[in-house]
Amino acid sequence: MSHRTQASFWKKNQRAMAPWLFLAPGMIMFLIYVIYPICQSVWISFYEWDGLGPKTWIGGQNYVDLLDDDSFYTSLKNNIIWLVLYLLAIPAGLAVALLLNQTVTGIRLYKSLFFFPFVISQVVVGLIFTWFYAPDFGLLPNIIKGLTGSEVAVLADERYATLGIIAAGLWPQTAYCMILYLTGLNNISSEQVEAARMDNASGWSMLWNIIIPQLRPATFIALVVTVIGALRSFDLVSIMTAGGPYGSTRVLSYFMYEQSLSEYGTAMGYGAAIAVVLFAIMLVFISLFIVRMLSQERNS
Amino acid sequence: MKYFKTLSGLALGLALSASTALAGEIVLNSDQTDPAPKKAMEELIADFQKANPGITIKWNNFDHEGYKSAIRNFLTADAPDVAAWYAGNRMAPFVKAGLFEDVSDVWEANGLNDQLKSAAASMTMDGKKWGVPYTYYQWGIYYNKDVYKKAGVTEPKNWAEFVSNCEKFKAMEIDCLTTGSKALWPIAGIFDYINMRTNGYEFHMELTAGKVKWTDPKVKAAFAEWAKIVPYTTANHAAIDWQDAAALIVQGKAANYVMGNFSVATFKQGGMTNDNLGFLVFPEITPGIPRAEEAPTDTFHIPSAAKNKEDARKFLAFVASPDVQTKMNATLGQLPVNNKSTAADDPFIKAGFEELSSAYALAQFFDRDAPADMAKAGMEGFQEFMIKPENIDAILERLQKVADKVYK
Repeated sequence: MSHRTQASFWKKNQRAMAPWLFLAPGMIMFLIYVIYPICQSVWISFYEWDGLGPKTWIGGQNYVDLLDDDSFYTSLKNNIIWLVLYLLAIPAGLAVALLLNQTVTGIRLYKSLFFFPFVISQVVVGLIFTWFYAPDFGLLPNIIKGLTGSEVAVLADERYATLGIIAAGLWPQTAYCMILYLTGLNNISSEQVEAARMDNASGWSMLWNIIIPQLRPATFIALVVTVIGALRSFDLVSIMTAGGPYGSTRVLSYFMYEQSLSEYGTAMGYGAAIAVVLFAIMLVFISLFIVRMLSQERNS
Repeated sequence: MKYFKTLSGLALGLALSASTALAGEIVLNSDQTDPAPKKAMEELIADFQKANPGITIKWNNFDHEGYKSAIRNFLTADAPDVAAWYAGNRMAPFVKAGLFEDVSDVWEANGLNDQLKSAAASMTMDGKKWGVPYTYYQWGIYYNKDVYKKAGVTEPKNWAEFVSNCEKFKAMEIDCLTTGSKALWPIAGIFDYINMRTNGYEFHMELTAGKVKWTDPKVKAAFAEWAKIVPYTTANHAAIDWQDAAALIVQGKAANYVMGNFSVATFKQGGMTNDNLGFLVFPEITPGIPRAEEAPTDTFHIPSAAKNKEDARKFLAFVASPDVQTKMNATLGQLPVNNKSTAADDPFIKAGFEELSSAYALAQFFDRDAPADMAKAGMEGFQEFMIKPENIDAILERLQKVADKVYK
């Protein structure tokens, strides 16, 4: 009897349960490796803890300290600069994609060369640009010296250092956006282009009214990856300046690393509080993207 | 089967597993990856095993930078029997967290209280000894003798002479003082010396221990002395590493460099010899203040969670003994801590020996005397000061804010 009820329970609910069973492995992983660490970070951010000794509950003190910390505002400001300037990768990627979207001999080679910076590691990109900016033997200081007679050490000057790092970051990010647009350009409807030609559209009006609207999905993806990329910028800062000169190129993710994990930092609770703030900022953007995506899906 | 063996060997190696230690095996974790220290360690291990048949050492050698964060993990998770670390405040977090073993008995039993006297203070916390020192090295000013000749200046006898020499170097477009502050720590040496020469050893120690405020007028006085040489210091210091600055000395583009004795190898690789590389004790600033020097000490400790503490104690006693320190430091090119050891026959080591043995007191170095988070903020402050000396008041206020949090 009990055997029969079991069998019929499975039979009755098979359809309802199947998706959950298929989702289960992914959901369990997501719970263990994403949701749980997030909760843990929030939890640790209410403690003072050096990572070794006992934890002391201090409530919101870490957040209060954060609001009184100049380094936090420097990091926040730099994160905003990153966010704004990193978006340049999108028009730059589109421009390169339009340039490469033609049939000439060897175009595959050119495409690969333009895509190359995205394939190599960020660490390597950082090193290449560090040497490019290096005083004495770097290419850029030598060019500037040739033109103006005085040298500029980009990464040692608080006015230019962050901009210098972002420029390095734009190099691979432009390549990424370019690839997104190249695939987008493959799917442009040639009928619409023909029709537009008939109506005398060409140049800017063709680009603005016919091509770009059809590239919307690619633009959306490019926007998402660029915004997230800008917020999680860490490797380039770490390789090129280690937050210097005197902490002026810190971003939130690097600040967190410095406070809790680096050679001179053992403040786990404080680091966790920074991580929570960074997470909250990211959450705003991610929710915006998700809401947009859902509304688009509903409309189509 | 063979595959399995290599694989399991690899796995063990990766896990740095102390739990697999056999009786008579010591697991030793350290970070000596540079050629000379690595060779010194290999010799030390071979000699120890020869002197103590039946005890073998399993050595896990870490990358230097990675070690500093790795030690926090392995001390709590999977402790070795012996770990390399540093003296002074740098070991304080581990001592306070109860992760290092009290080894006062090793000091007592081997007469180390007398033989390692110069480093005893920096190994003592709460009246107990927490490890043994095996080497230290001096800091001072390394200079290019050819450049001195070219500018027609002589070794400065005091700070005023040093500063006036700088003007002469400036006229020849030579950087009087060079440094590379990209990794921050080299400029901490400059601050330590200027503060110790201006305000004395005790004041410097009180400052790094958080007993004096950064906004104290005496601290400002030290920075005022520093401000005198800032215009004569390599302008791009924030963009370069310490080795790049050493190249400027070698090329004759800079005259003086406040550095540790390990830099001699770098200068010599660049082509300098004992004939044109000079060494100066940092000149006197406030007359009559007892001369303290910078001498960072490297040490070995036994973690509290070690499995084979008995043999680890034998190892510590061995490392502390006079002959072992003589041999080891000859390979390292540094100074033995044991006062019964002999220093190697090298002009810079001899100069260092004289400098340190006649010193009133020894400091460990800013980032070992001050707690880590204070050290980081301090060194950033120094860097900002060297680029924008006019910000000094804001910098000191910020450092005091950090200090209020760190030392509370």
